[in-house]
Amino acid sequence: MAIDFGYSVSQPRAVDLDRNDLSLAREIVREMPEFSACIACGGCTATCTAGNLTSFNFRLVQTLVRRGEYAGAYAEMNKCMLCGKCRLVCPRGINTRGVVRLIKRKLGDY
Amino acid sequence: MVLNSWREYEKEIADDRYYYARSCIRQNFFPGSETTFLRIMRQLGKDVYDDPRHTSCTGIGYHTDIVPLDTTMAVVARQFALMTEAGYENMAISCITSFGLYTEILETWHEFPETEQRARENLFKATGREFRKPKNIAHTSDIVFHNREAIRQMAVRDLKGLKVVEHIGCHYAKIFPKSGIGGSEFPYVLAGMVEAWGGQVVDYPERRHCCGFGFRNYLVKANRGFSIANSRKKLESMKPYKPDFMVANCPGCAMFLDKWQYALAEMENTTYGADGRGIPVLTYEEMAGLVLGYDPWEMGMQMHQVDVEPLLDKLGVDYDPAAKFLGRAGKYIGAPKPAGVNSFEGDRIYRIKN
Repeated sequence: MAIDFGYSVSQPRAVDLDRNDLSLAREIVREMPEFSACIACGGCTATCTAGNLTSFNFRLVQTLVRRGEYAGAYAEMNKCMLCGKCRLVCPRGINTRGVVRLIKRKLGDY
Repeated sequence: MVLNSWREYEKEIADDRYYYARSCIRQNFFPGSETTFLRIMRQLGKDVYDDPRHTSCTGIGYHTDIVPLDTTMAVVARQFALMTEAGYENMAISCITSFGLYTEILETWHEFPETEQRARENLFKATGREFRKPKNIAHTSDIVFHNREAIRQMAVRDLKGLKVVEHIGCHYAKIFPKSGIGGSEFPYVLAGMVEAWGGQVVDYPERRHCCGFGFRNYLVKANRGFSIANSRKKLESMKPYKPDFMVANCPGCAMFLDKWQYALAEMENTTYGADGRGIPVLTYEEMAGLVLGYDPWEMGMQMHQVDVEPLLDKLGVDYDPAAKFLGRAGKYIGAPKPAGVNSFEGDRIYRIKN
C-alpha cells in the first residue's frame, strides 16, 4: 500500500527522445518528406487565422510531433480551419495544409 | 607557450592548524560524521580547534530569505572573530552551505569593501569583537582529499571492486568555481578519494545533476514533488551502473539521496540498488572511517535511511549487528520500523502475501 505523503513526484517536462516512440513521426516524414524541410520560423503560426481566435500553434504541434510527443496533437489540429494562409507564407514551400491533414490521419488515436 | 590552464582548477589547502566550523544540519542528519572527521585528523596528527562557542552560519535562513544579508555577515564575522581569538588562521568548514556562504561573503567584501566595513561595525557594536579574515578556507572534504595518500597508508581495507557514485554539493564549486578542487567542470574532491582508496568512480549521465535539495524546493510542501523528481532523475540514471554506494560532501545531498529513496520506495514501490534494496549513501568521513577501520555504529551509520549492512558485508567489515541501535553505555536508542527500501524483492512479495 503506497503511502501518501501529501505530495507526488513532479513529472519532467523534458522531451526524452530515447524513450519516445518516433515510428509515427518517421512515417509522417516518409509520406511527406518536405515536412523535414521546416526551419521552425513560425511564419505559419504568425499568419494563422485559427491562432488569432484560439491557442492553436502549428509550429509547436509540428515540433512536438516530430519529437514523438503525440498526446493532444489530433485535438490541436482540429482547431485548424484549413484556410491555407500558412502555406502562402512558408519560406520552405511546405504544403502545410497537407501536413495538418496527414497528422490528423496518423494520430487520430492519440 | 606555458600551458597552465589546469592551475585554475587547483586549490590551495592549508596543511595544519584548522579552526573547525561545524554544521547545524549535519549534526542532526549524520551525527557521527563530524566526530569521525576529528578522529581522522587526530590520527593524522593535525591540530583542529573544535569551538563550542560558534553558532549556525544562518545559511538556511539566508537562502530562504528570512535572515537579512547584514545579519548573516555579522554572524559570519563573529565566527571569524572567534577563530582570530583562538589564534587560528585556517578555516575548516563542515557544511557545503556554510562553505558557499563564507566564500560568498568574503567575495562580497572583496568586491564591495563598504559591506565589510559595515559588518565590522555591526559586530563590534553587538559583541565588542574584532576579527582578521582567514588566510585559508577549505571545506573538510578538501582536507580529507588533501590527506588521502596519508589515509591510504594507514588504511586497514580498501574499496577495490566497489563501484562508487560521487556527488558534489552545488554550493561547493558551482557558485565560485575557483573555490573547489577541479572547479565546477571537473570536481575531483570525492573522485580523488575514491580512486586513491581503490574504488571505481561511476560516470553516469546525470552525474552533475542537482540532488534535489534546494531549500525552497523541500521546505515548502507543495514544491517537494519537484525536489524528489530531481533525486529520482539521478537515481534512474545511475541504476544501470549498479553502484555499490554513493558518497556526497554536502549534508543536503547525502540526506536527500538517502531519504528520498525511502520515500520513492513507499510511494512508487521502486528501489534502485542492484539487489532490490536502496543504494547506501555515505558521507566522505564515513567512507574514510571505513577505510581506516572505524566501527560503523560509532560513526553513526545506523542513522541512515538505507541500511548500510550489505555494503559493510561487501567491504568485509567486522561489525556487531546487535549493537546497531545501542547508543552510549549500551543504551537502546530505538529502531525504525521496517521499510521497503531496506528489504529484498523476495521480502516484499512475502509482505504482500501477508
